[in-house]
Amino acid sequence: MIFKALNTLGQYLILMGRVLSKPERLRVTMKQYLKEMSQLGVNSIGIVLLISFFIGAVICIQIKLNIQSPWMPRFATGYTTREIMLLEFSSSIMCLILAGKVGSNIASELGTMRVTQQIDALEIMGINSANFLILPKILALVTMIPILVTFSIFAGIIGAYATTFSGSVINAEDLTFGFQYSFTEWFVWCGIIKSLFFAFIISSVSAFFGYTVNGGSIEVGKASTNAVVCSSILILFSDIFLTQLLTK
Amino acid sequence: MIELKSIYKSFEDKDVLKDISTQFQDGITNLIIGQSGSGKTVLMKCIVGLLVPEKGEILYDNRNFLAMNKKNKILLRREMGMIFQSAALFDSMTVLENIMFPLDMFSKDTLRDRIKRAKFCLDRVNLMDAQNKYPDEISGGMQKRVAIARAIALQPKYLFCDEPNSGLDPKTSLVIDELIHDITTEYNMTTIINTHDMNSVMGIGDSIIFICDGMKEWQGNKDEIFTATDKRLNDFIFASDLFRKVKDVETHHAE
Repeated sequence: MIFKALNTLGQYLILMGRVLSKPERLRVTMKQYLKEMSQLGVNSIGIVLLISFFIGAVICIQIKLNIQSPWMPRFATGYTTREIMLLEFSSSIMCLILAGKVGSNIASELGTMRVTQQIDALEIMGINSANFLILPKILALVTMIPILVTFSIFAGIIGAYATTFSGSVINAEDLTFGFQYSFTEWFVWCGIIKSLFFAFIISSVSAFFGYTVNGGSIEVGKASTNAVVCSSILILFSDIFLTQLLTK
Repeated sequence: MIELKSIYKSFEDKDVLKDISTQFQDGITNLIIGQSGSGKTVLMKCIVGLLVPEKGEILYDNRNFLAMNKKNKILLRREMGMIFQSAALFDSMTVLENIMFPLDMFSKDTLRDRIKRAKFCLDRVNLMDAQNKYPDEISGGMQKRVAIARAIALQPKYLFCDEPNSGLDPKTSLVIDELIHDITTEYNMTTIINTHDMNSVMGIGDSIIFICDGMKEWQGNKDEIFTATDKRLNDFIFASDLFRKVKDVETHHAE
Protein backbone atom coordinates (compact mmCIF):
# COMPACT_ATOMS: atom_id res chain seq x y z
CA MET A 1 0.00 0.00 0.00
CA ILE A 2 2.72 2.48 1.06
CA PHE A 3 4.94 1.30 -1.79
CA LYS A 4 2.09 1.82 -4.26
CA ALA A 5 1.40 5.32 -2.90
CA LEU A 6 5.09 6.25 -3.13
CA ASN A 7 5.25 4.81 -6.63
CA THR A 8 2.23 6.91 -7.68
CA LEU A 9 3.76 10.01 -6.06
CA GLY A 10 6.99 9.37 -7.95
CA GLN A 11 5.14 9.01 -11.25
CA TYR A 12 3.22 12.21 -10.50
CA LEU A 13 6.43 14.14 -9.80
CA ILE A 14 8.10 12.81 -12.97
CA LEU A 15 5.05 13.84 -14.98
CA MET A 16 5.08 17.31 -13.40
CA GLY A 17 8.77 17.56 -14.31
CA ARG A 18 7.78 17.01 -17.95
CA VAL A 19 4.78 19.34 -17.70
CA LEU A 20 6.65 22.25 -16.16
CA SER A 21 9.28 22.51 -18.89
CA LYS A 22 9.65 25.15 -21.57
CA PRO A 23 6.90 24.87 -24.22
CA GLU A 24 7.92 23.87 -27.74
CA ARG A 25 6.03 26.72 -29.41
CA LEU A 26 4.85 29.51 -27.12
CA ARG A 27 2.30 30.67 -29.71
CA VAL A 28 0.63 27.27 -29.85
CA THR A 29 0.68 26.92 -26.05
CA MET A 30 -0.93 30.35 -25.69
CA LYS A 31 -3.66 29.32 -28.12
CA GLN A 32 -4.28 26.18 -26.07
CA TYR A 33 -4.21 28.24 -22.87
CA LEU A 34 -6.97 30.55 -24.12
CA LYS A 35 -9.03 27.58 -25.29
CA GLU A 36 -8.70 25.89 -21.90
CA MET A 37 -9.61 29.12 -20.09
CA SER A 38 -12.83 29.09 -22.00
CA GLN A 39 -13.49 25.37 -21.62
CA LEU A 40 -12.53 24.96 -17.97
CA GLY A 41 -13.20 28.41 -16.56
CA VAL A 42 -15.75 30.37 -18.57
CA ASN A 43 -17.94 27.29 -19.01
CA SER A 44 -18.03 26.88 -15.21
CA ILE A 45 -19.28 30.41 -14.47
CA GLY A 46 -22.93 29.43 -14.75
CA ILE A 47 -22.80 26.58 -12.26
CA VAL A 48 -20.63 28.61 -9.85
CA LEU A 49 -23.11 31.51 -9.87
CA LEU A 50 -26.11 29.23 -9.53
CA ILE A 51 -24.76 27.19 -6.61
CA SER A 52 -23.28 30.20 -4.80
CA PHE A 53 -26.51 32.21 -5.12
CA PHE A 54 -28.65 29.49 -3.55
CA ILE A 55 -26.09 28.48 -0.93
CA GLY A 56 -25.69 32.16 0.08
CA ALA A 57 -29.46 32.42 0.47
CA VAL A 58 -29.77 29.15 2.41
CA ILE A 59 -26.86 29.98 4.76
CA CYS A 60 -28.48 33.33 5.52
CA ILE A 61 -31.88 31.73 6.32
CA GLN A 62 -30.38 28.89 8.37
CA ILE A 63 -28.23 31.19 10.45
CA LYS A 64 -31.05 33.62 11.09
CA LEU A 65 -33.40 30.83 12.15
CA ASN A 66 -30.90 28.85 14.22
CA ILE A 67 -29.03 31.52 16.12
CA GLN A 68 -31.96 33.87 16.60
CA SER A 69 -31.93 34.99 20.21
CA PRO A 70 -32.48 38.23 22.12
CA TRP A 71 -28.81 38.03 23.12
CA MET A 72 -27.54 37.90 19.57
CA PRO A 73 -27.05 41.17 17.69
CA ARG A 74 -29.29 41.52 14.60
CA PHE A 75 -26.30 41.94 12.30
CA ALA A 76 -24.89 38.50 13.28
CA THR A 77 -26.63 36.79 10.36
CA GLY A 78 -25.03 39.04 7.72
CA TYR A 79 -21.67 38.92 9.46
CA THR A 80 -21.65 35.08 9.68
CA THR A 81 -22.92 34.60 6.14
CA ARG A 82 -20.15 36.85 4.83
CA GLU A 83 -17.44 35.04 6.80
CA ILE A 84 -18.64 31.60 5.67
CA MET A 85 -18.75 32.68 2.03
CA LEU A 86 -15.36 34.40 2.16
CA LEU A 87 -13.42 31.91 4.21
CA GLU A 88 -14.76 28.52 3.26
CA PHE A 89 -17.60 28.22 0.79
CA SER A 90 -16.37 30.28 -2.15
CA SER A 91 -12.81 28.97 -1.94
CA SER A 92 -12.82 25.44 -0.53
CA ILE A 93 -16.34 24.08 -1.10
CA MET A 94 -16.60 25.69 -4.52
CA CYS A 95 -13.25 24.10 -5.46
CA LEU A 96 -14.57 20.73 -4.28
CA ILE A 97 -17.53 21.19 -6.62
CA LEU A 98 -15.20 22.25 -9.43
CA ALA A 99 -13.01 19.20 -8.74
CA GLY A 100 -16.06 17.18 -9.74
CA LYS A 101 -16.88 19.16 -12.84
CA VAL A 102 -13.48 20.23 -14.15
CA GLY A 103 -11.47 17.33 -12.72
CA SER A 104 -13.55 14.65 -14.37
CA ASN A 105 -13.52 16.64 -17.60
CA ILE A 106 -9.71 16.82 -17.64
CA ALA A 107 -9.21 13.16 -16.67
CA SER A 108 -11.70 11.80 -19.19
CA GLU A 109 -10.41 14.02 -22.00
CA LEU A 110 -6.78 13.00 -21.49
CA GLY A 111 -7.75 9.39 -20.81
CA THR A 112 -9.66 9.21 -24.07
CA MET A 113 -6.73 10.79 -25.90
CA ARG A 114 -4.48 8.11 -24.40
CA VAL A 115 -6.65 5.14 -25.36
CA THR A 116 -7.28 6.46 -28.87
CA GLN A 117 -3.49 6.87 -29.35
CA GLN A 118 -3.70 10.65 -29.80
CA ILE A 119 -1.02 11.07 -27.11
CA ASP A 120 1.18 8.49 -28.86
CA ALA A 121 0.71 10.49 -32.08
CA LEU A 122 2.04 13.61 -30.34
CA GLU A 123 5.03 11.69 -28.95
CA ILE A 124 5.86 10.27 -32.39
CA MET A 125 5.90 13.81 -33.75
CA GLY A 126 8.59 14.61 -31.18
CA ILE A 127 6.28 16.76 -29.06
CA ASN A 128 6.43 16.73 -25.26
CA SER A 129 2.80 15.64 -24.96
CA ALA A 130 2.63 16.19 -21.20
CA ASN A 131 3.77 19.77 -21.57
CA PHE A 132 1.59 20.43 -24.61
CA LEU A 133 -1.61 19.00 -23.12
CA ILE A 134 -1.35 19.56 -19.38
CA LEU A 135 0.49 22.86 -18.92
CA PRO A 136 -2.25 24.97 -20.61
CA LYS A 137 -4.87 23.27 -18.42
CA ILE A 138 -2.96 24.03 -15.22
CA LEU A 139 -2.28 27.63 -16.22
CA ALA A 140 -5.88 28.15 -17.36
CA LEU A 141 -7.38 26.81 -14.14
CA VAL A 142 -4.92 28.71 -11.93
CA THR A 143 -5.93 31.87 -13.83
CA MET A 144 -9.67 31.25 -13.82
CA ILE A 145 -10.35 29.84 -10.35
CA PRO A 146 -9.60 33.07 -8.44
CA ILE A 147 -12.05 34.79 -10.81
CA LEU A 148 -14.65 32.09 -10.16
CA VAL A 149 -14.08 32.43 -6.41
CA THR A 150 -14.69 36.18 -6.64
CA PHE A 151 -17.87 35.59 -8.65
CA SER A 152 -18.95 33.02 -6.08
CA ILE A 153 -18.52 35.47 -3.19
CA PHE A 154 -20.62 38.09 -4.96
CA ALA A 155 -23.28 35.57 -6.01
CA GLY A 156 -23.51 34.28 -2.42
CA ILE A 157 -23.99 37.79 -1.08
CA ILE A 158 -26.62 38.54 -3.71
CA GLY A 159 -28.31 35.26 -2.76
CA ALA A 160 -28.35 36.35 0.88
CA TYR A 161 -29.90 39.68 -0.15
CA ALA A 162 -32.53 37.80 -2.14
CA THR A 163 -33.87 36.37 1.14
CA THR A 164 -34.80 39.87 2.25
CA PHE A 165 -37.36 39.98 -0.59
CA SER A 166 -38.73 36.50 -0.04
CA GLY A 167 -40.28 37.01 3.36
CA SER A 168 -39.71 38.25 6.84
CA VAL A 169 -36.48 36.34 7.51
CA ILE A 170 -34.19 39.35 7.75
CA ASN A 171 -34.31 42.95 6.64
CA ALA A 172 -31.85 44.48 4.18
CA GLU A 173 -30.48 47.06 6.66
CA ASP A 174 -29.44 44.45 9.22
CA LEU A 175 -27.95 42.27 6.52
CA THR A 176 -25.97 45.16 5.00
CA PHE A 177 -24.69 46.19 8.42
CA GLY A 178 -23.65 42.59 9.11
CA PHE A 179 -21.88 42.32 5.76
CA GLN A 180 -19.91 45.50 6.48
CA TYR A 181 -19.25 44.84 10.15
CA SER A 182 -15.58 44.26 11.05
CA PHE A 183 -14.65 43.50 7.45
CA THR A 184 -11.13 42.14 7.03
CA GLU A 185 -9.83 42.49 3.50
CA TRP A 186 -7.20 39.78 4.13
CA PHE A 187 -9.95 37.15 4.29
CA VAL A 188 -10.75 37.79 0.63
CA TRP A 189 -7.07 37.25 -0.19
CA CYS A 190 -7.07 34.09 1.96
CA GLY A 191 -9.82 32.64 -0.21
CA ILE A 192 -8.05 33.61 -3.41
CA ILE A 193 -4.66 32.28 -2.27
CA LYS A 194 -6.23 29.00 -1.17
CA SER A 195 -8.04 28.68 -4.49
CA LEU A 196 -4.75 29.00 -6.39
CA PHE A 197 -3.41 25.93 -4.60
CA PHE A 198 -6.68 24.08 -5.12
CA ALA A 199 -6.64 24.95 -8.83
CA PHE A 200 -3.20 23.42 -9.16
CA ILE A 201 -4.34 20.30 -7.27
CA ILE A 202 -7.48 19.85 -9.39
CA SER A 203 -5.75 20.33 -12.74
CA SER A 204 -2.50 18.47 -12.08
CA VAL A 205 -3.98 15.49 -10.19
CA SER A 206 -6.81 15.03 -12.69
CA ALA A 207 -4.38 15.35 -15.59
CA PHE A 208 -2.11 12.76 -13.98
CA PHE A 209 -4.92 10.22 -13.68
CA GLY A 210 -6.10 10.87 -17.22
CA TYR A 211 -2.66 10.92 -18.83
CA THR A 212 -1.56 7.64 -17.24
CA VAL A 213 -4.66 5.63 -18.22
CA ASN A 214 -3.81 2.19 -19.50
CA GLY A 215 -6.57 0.17 -21.15
CA GLY A 216 -9.97 1.10 -22.51
CA SER A 217 -13.17 2.91 -21.69
CA ILE A 218 -13.60 1.26 -18.27
CA GLU A 219 -10.17 2.50 -17.22
CA VAL A 220 -11.02 6.00 -18.47
CA GLY A 221 -14.12 5.93 -16.24
CA LYS A 222 -12.07 4.71 -13.29
CA ALA A 223 -9.43 7.38 -13.89
CA SER A 224 -12.12 10.04 -13.95
CA THR A 225 -13.54 8.83 -10.62
CA ASN A 226 -10.08 8.50 -9.05
CA ALA A 227 -9.20 12.00 -10.22
CA VAL A 228 -12.24 13.51 -8.49
CA VAL A 229 -11.81 11.49 -5.28
CA CYS A 230 -8.08 12.13 -5.02
CA SER A 231 -8.37 15.86 -5.83
CA SER A 232 -11.16 16.25 -3.26
CA ILE A 233 -9.17 14.52 -0.51
CA LEU A 234 -6.08 16.58 -1.30
CA ILE A 235 -8.14 19.78 -1.29
CA LEU A 236 -9.56 18.93 2.14
CA PHE A 237 -6.14 18.11 3.60
CA SER A 238 -4.43 21.13 2.14
CA ASP A 239 -7.35 23.29 3.30
CA ILE A 240 -6.44 22.52 6.92
CA PHE A 241 -2.78 23.46 6.43
CA LEU A 242 -3.51 26.54 4.31
CA THR A 243 -6.18 27.80 6.71
CA GLN A 244 -3.76 27.48 9.65
CA LEU A 245 -0.97 29.06 7.66
CA LEU A 246 -2.98 31.99 6.33
CA THR A 247 -4.92 32.89 9.47
CA LYS A 248 -1.99 32.93 11.89
CA MET B 1 17.11 2.61 -44.39
CA ILE B 2 16.20 1.26 -40.97
CA GLU B 3 18.20 -1.62 -39.58
CA LEU B 4 17.33 -3.74 -36.55
CA LYS B 5 20.02 -5.74 -34.80
CA SER B 6 19.06 -8.46 -32.30
CA ILE B 7 16.06 -6.78 -30.72
CA TYR B 8 14.81 -8.32 -27.50
CA LYS B 9 11.77 -7.13 -25.58
CA SER B 10 9.90 -8.72 -22.70
CA PHE B 11 7.04 -7.78 -20.37
CA GLU B 12 7.57 -9.13 -16.87
CA ASP B 13 8.32 -12.83 -17.50
CA LYS B 14 7.06 -13.03 -21.06
CA ASP B 15 9.54 -12.65 -23.93
CA VAL B 16 7.65 -10.83 -26.67
CA LEU B 17 10.48 -10.18 -29.12
CA LYS B 18 13.39 -12.55 -29.46
CA ASP B 19 16.47 -11.71 -31.48
CA ILE B 20 14.84 -9.78 -34.32
CA SER B 21 17.29 -8.59 -36.95
CA THR B 22 16.30 -7.18 -40.31
CA GLN B 23 16.60 -4.24 -42.69
CA PHE B 24 13.89 -2.01 -44.10
CA GLN B 25 14.83 -0.42 -47.42
CA ASP B 26 14.02 3.05 -48.82
CA GLY B 27 11.41 3.63 -51.51
CA ILE B 28 9.56 0.35 -51.00
CA THR B 29 6.78 -0.81 -48.70
CA ASN B 30 8.19 -3.06 -45.98
CA LEU B 31 5.51 -5.22 -44.38
CA ILE B 32 5.60 -6.85 -40.97
CA ILE B 33 3.04 -9.63 -40.86
CA GLY B 34 2.03 -12.11 -38.21
CA GLN B 35 -0.86 -13.38 -36.16
CA SER B 36 -2.48 -11.24 -33.47
CA GLY B 37 -0.24 -11.38 -30.39
CA SER B 38 2.84 -12.38 -32.38
CA GLY B 39 4.67 -9.21 -31.35
CA LYS B 40 4.46 -7.07 -34.49
CA THR B 41 2.89 -4.06 -32.78
CA VAL B 42 5.47 -4.27 -29.97
CA LEU B 43 8.19 -4.40 -32.63
CA MET B 44 6.82 -1.28 -34.31
CA LYS B 45 6.50 0.52 -30.97
CA CYS B 46 10.15 -0.34 -30.27
CA ILE B 47 11.21 0.97 -33.68
CA VAL B 48 9.46 4.34 -33.18
CA GLY B 49 10.58 4.62 -29.56
CA LEU B 50 7.26 4.22 -27.75
CA LEU B 51 8.79 1.14 -26.08
CA VAL B 52 12.43 0.56 -25.23
CA PRO B 53 13.87 -2.87 -26.04
CA GLU B 54 16.06 -4.60 -23.46
CA LYS B 55 18.75 -5.48 -25.98
CA GLY B 56 19.65 -4.66 -29.55
CA GLU B 57 20.23 -1.73 -31.87
CA ILE B 58 17.89 0.30 -34.08
CA LEU B 59 19.75 2.18 -36.79
CA TYR B 60 18.10 4.95 -38.78
CA ASP B 61 20.46 5.48 -41.71
CA ASN B 62 23.30 4.30 -39.44
CA ARG B 63 22.19 6.54 -36.55
CA ASN B 64 21.71 4.44 -33.43
CA PHE B 65 18.30 5.50 -32.08
CA LEU B 66 18.62 3.79 -28.72
CA ALA B 67 22.01 5.32 -27.97
CA MET B 68 20.84 8.86 -28.78
CA ASN B 69 20.29 11.50 -26.15
CA LYS B 70 16.78 12.88 -25.60
CA LYS B 71 17.33 15.94 -27.78
CA ASN B 72 18.57 13.93 -30.77
CA LYS B 73 15.73 11.45 -30.36
CA ILE B 74 13.24 14.32 -30.57
CA LEU B 75 14.99 15.64 -33.68
CA LEU B 76 14.91 12.19 -35.29
CA ARG B 77 11.23 11.81 -34.46
CA ARG B 78 10.53 14.87 -36.56
CA GLU B 79 11.71 12.81 -39.52
CA MET B 80 9.02 10.22 -38.77
CA GLY B 81 5.36 10.05 -39.69
CA MET B 82 2.98 7.50 -38.28
CA ILE B 83 -0.47 6.25 -39.16
CA PHE B 84 -2.14 4.55 -36.25
CA GLN B 85 -4.65 1.73 -36.29
CA SER B 86 -7.31 4.11 -34.98
CA ALA B 87 -6.04 7.03 -37.16
CA ALA B 88 -5.46 8.95 -33.87
CA LEU B 89 -6.69 12.26 -35.27
CA PHE B 90 -7.09 15.07 -32.76
CA ASP B 91 -10.85 15.21 -32.35
CA SER B 92 -10.92 18.79 -31.14
CA MET B 93 -9.45 19.95 -34.47
CA THR B 94 -10.88 20.04 -37.98
CA VAL B 95 -9.34 17.95 -40.75
CA LEU B 96 -7.30 20.91 -42.01
CA GLU B 97 -6.16 21.82 -38.49
CA ASN B 98 -5.05 18.23 -37.93
CA ILE B 99 -2.80 18.44 -40.98
CA MET B 100 -1.65 21.94 -40.05
CA PHE B 101 -0.69 20.80 -36.54
CA PRO B 102 2.79 19.34 -37.22
CA LEU B 103 3.49 22.32 -39.49
CA ASP B 104 2.42 24.77 -36.76
CA MET B 105 4.67 23.02 -34.28
CA PHE B 106 7.83 22.60 -36.34
CA SER B 107 7.72 24.52 -39.59
CA LYS B 108 9.21 27.99 -39.80
CA ASP B 109 7.14 28.80 -42.88
CA THR B 110 4.63 31.63 -42.92
CA LEU B 111 0.99 30.87 -42.13
CA ARG B 112 0.11 31.18 -45.83
CA ASP B 113 2.77 28.63 -46.79
CA ARG B 114 1.69 26.28 -44.03
CA ILE B 115 -1.92 26.40 -45.19
CA LYS B 116 -0.75 25.87 -48.76
CA ARG B 117 1.27 22.81 -47.74
CA ALA B 118 -1.62 21.39 -45.66
CA LYS B 119 -4.02 21.84 -48.57
CA PHE B 120 -1.53 20.20 -50.92
CA CYS B 121 -1.37 17.15 -48.60
CA LEU B 122 -5.14 17.11 -48.34
CA ASP B 123 -5.45 17.26 -52.11
CA ARG B 124 -2.91 14.43 -52.41
CA VAL B 125 -5.29 12.17 -50.46
CA ASN B 126 -8.37 13.53 -52.33
CA LEU B 127 -10.03 15.09 -49.31
CA MET B 128 -10.27 18.77 -50.15
CA ASP B 129 -14.04 18.70 -49.56
CA ALA B 130 -13.63 17.54 -45.98
CA GLN B 131 -11.18 20.18 -44.81
CA ASN B 132 -13.58 21.90 -42.42
CA LYS B 133 -15.12 18.76 -40.99
CA TYR B 134 -14.24 17.21 -37.65
CA PRO B 135 -12.87 13.64 -37.49
CA ASP B 136 -16.12 12.24 -36.09
CA GLU B 137 -18.00 13.67 -39.10
CA ILE B 138 -16.05 11.62 -41.66
CA SER B 139 -15.84 7.89 -42.41
CA GLY B 140 -13.13 5.52 -41.17
CA GLY B 141 -11.49 5.40 -44.58
CA MET B 142 -11.43 9.20 -44.78
CA GLN B 143 -9.94 9.37 -41.30
CA LYS B 144 -7.13 7.07 -42.44
CA ARG B 145 -6.51 9.30 -45.44
CA VAL B 146 -6.37 12.37 -43.18
CA ALA B 147 -3.89 10.49 -41.01
CA ILE B 148 -1.76 9.84 -44.11
CA ALA B 149 -1.95 13.53 -45.06
CA ARG B 150 -0.90 14.53 -41.53
CA ALA B 151 1.93 12.02 -41.56
CA ILE B 152 3.39 13.37 -44.80
CA ALA B 153 2.88 17.06 -43.99
CA LEU B 154 6.48 17.48 -42.85
CA GLN B 155 7.81 15.25 -45.64
CA PRO B 156 9.15 12.55 -43.32
CA LYS B 157 11.97 10.18 -44.21
CA TYR B 158 10.35 7.32 -42.35
CA LEU B 159 6.69 6.33 -42.43
CA PHE B 160 5.14 3.83 -40.02
CA CYS B 161 1.68 2.38 -40.46
CA ASP B 162 0.14 0.25 -37.75
CA GLU B 163 -2.59 -1.85 -39.33
CA PRO B 164 -3.77 0.94 -41.65
CA ASN B 165 -6.61 -1.18 -43.06
CA SER B 166 -8.05 -2.23 -39.75
CA GLY B 167 -11.84 -1.83 -39.78
CA LEU B 168 -12.03 -0.86 -43.46
CA ASP B 169 -13.86 -2.59 -46.29
CA PRO B 170 -11.71 -4.31 -48.98
CA LYS B 171 -12.22 -1.56 -51.55
CA THR B 172 -11.25 1.25 -49.18
CA SER B 173 -8.34 -0.87 -47.95
CA LEU B 174 -7.10 -1.07 -51.50
CA VAL B 175 -7.27 2.73 -51.85
CA ILE B 176 -5.29 3.19 -48.61
CA ASP B 177 -2.69 0.59 -49.65
CA GLU B 178 -2.20 2.19 -53.04
CA LEU B 179 -1.93 5.63 -51.48
CA ILE B 180 0.74 4.50 -49.02
CA HIS B 181 2.62 2.70 -51.79
CA ASP B 182 2.50 5.69 -54.13
CA ILE B 183 3.58 8.13 -51.43
CA THR B 184 6.46 5.85 -50.44
CA THR B 185 7.77 5.82 -54.00
CA GLU B 186 7.10 9.52 -54.52
CA TYR B 187 9.00 10.68 -51.41
CA ASN B 188 11.47 7.75 -51.39
CA MET B 189 10.58 7.07 -47.77
CA THR B 190 11.39 4.06 -45.64
CA THR B 191 7.90 2.74 -45.02
CA ILE B 192 7.08 0.01 -42.53
CA ILE B 193 3.55 -1.38 -42.44
CA ASN B 194 2.22 -3.61 -39.74
CA THR B 195 -0.59 -5.74 -41.08
CA HIS B 196 -2.36 -9.05 -41.12
CA ASP B 197 -4.44 -8.14 -44.16
CA MET B 198 -3.53 -10.63 -46.87
CA ASN B 199 -4.79 -8.30 -49.61
CA SER B 200 -2.13 -5.80 -48.53
CA VAL B 201 0.48 -8.55 -48.50
CA MET B 202 -0.37 -9.55 -52.06
CA GLY B 203 -0.82 -5.98 -53.25
CA ILE B 204 2.04 -3.94 -51.80
CA GLY B 205 4.36 -6.48 -50.16
CA ASP B 206 7.62 -5.28 -51.74
CA SER B 207 9.42 -6.69 -48.73
CA ILE B 208 7.79 -8.85 -46.07
CA ILE B 209 8.93 -10.21 -42.75
CA PHE B 210 6.81 -12.78 -40.96
CA ILE B 211 6.90 -12.67 -37.15
CA CYS B 212 5.84 -15.73 -35.20
CA ASP B 213 6.01 -16.03 -31.40
CA GLY B 214 8.25 -12.97 -31.22
CA MET B 215 10.81 -14.30 -33.70
CA LYS B 216 11.48 -13.53 -37.34
CA GLU B 217 10.28 -16.67 -39.06
CA TRP B 218 10.57 -15.72 -42.71
CA GLN B 219 11.60 -12.82 -44.97
CA GLY B 220 10.85 -12.33 -48.64
CA ASN B 221 8.43 -10.54 -50.94
CA LYS B 222 4.92 -10.98 -52.33
CA ASP B 223 6.12 -13.12 -55.24
CA GLU B 224 8.12 -15.46 -53.05
CA ILE B 225 5.39 -15.91 -50.49
CA PHE B 226 3.43 -18.36 -52.71
CA THR B 227 6.37 -20.69 -53.06
CA ALA B 228 7.63 -20.40 -49.49
CA THR B 229 8.04 -23.73 -47.73
CA ASP B 230 7.88 -22.44 -44.17
CA LYS B 231 5.04 -24.35 -42.52
CA ARG B 232 4.06 -21.65 -40.02
CA LEU B 233 4.00 -19.02 -42.77
CA ASN B 234 1.85 -21.23 -44.97
CA ASP B 235 -0.51 -21.93 -42.06
CA PHE B 236 -0.87 -18.19 -41.54
CA ILE B 237 -1.10 -17.04 -45.15
CA PHE B 238 -3.32 -19.81 -46.42
CA ALA B 239 -5.61 -20.00 -43.44
CA SER B 240 -8.58 -18.95 -45.58
CA ASP B 241 -10.15 -20.97 -48.37
CA LEU B 242 -9.80 -18.05 -50.74
CA PHE B 243 -6.03 -17.86 -50.46
CA ARG B 244 -5.67 -21.66 -50.62
CA LYS B 245 -7.57 -21.54 -53.91
CA VAL B 246 -5.43 -18.64 -55.14
CA LYS B 247 -2.32 -20.65 -54.32
CA ASP B 248 -3.66 -23.68 -56.21
CA VAL B 249 -4.38 -21.54 -59.26
CA GLU B 250 -0.95 -19.86 -59.06
CA THR B 251 0.83 -23.20 -58.65
CA HIS B 252 -1.16 -24.71 -61.49
CA HIS B 253 -0.42 -21.68 -63.64
CA ALA B 254 3.32 -21.94 -62.89
CA GLU B 255 3.34 -25.62 -63.89
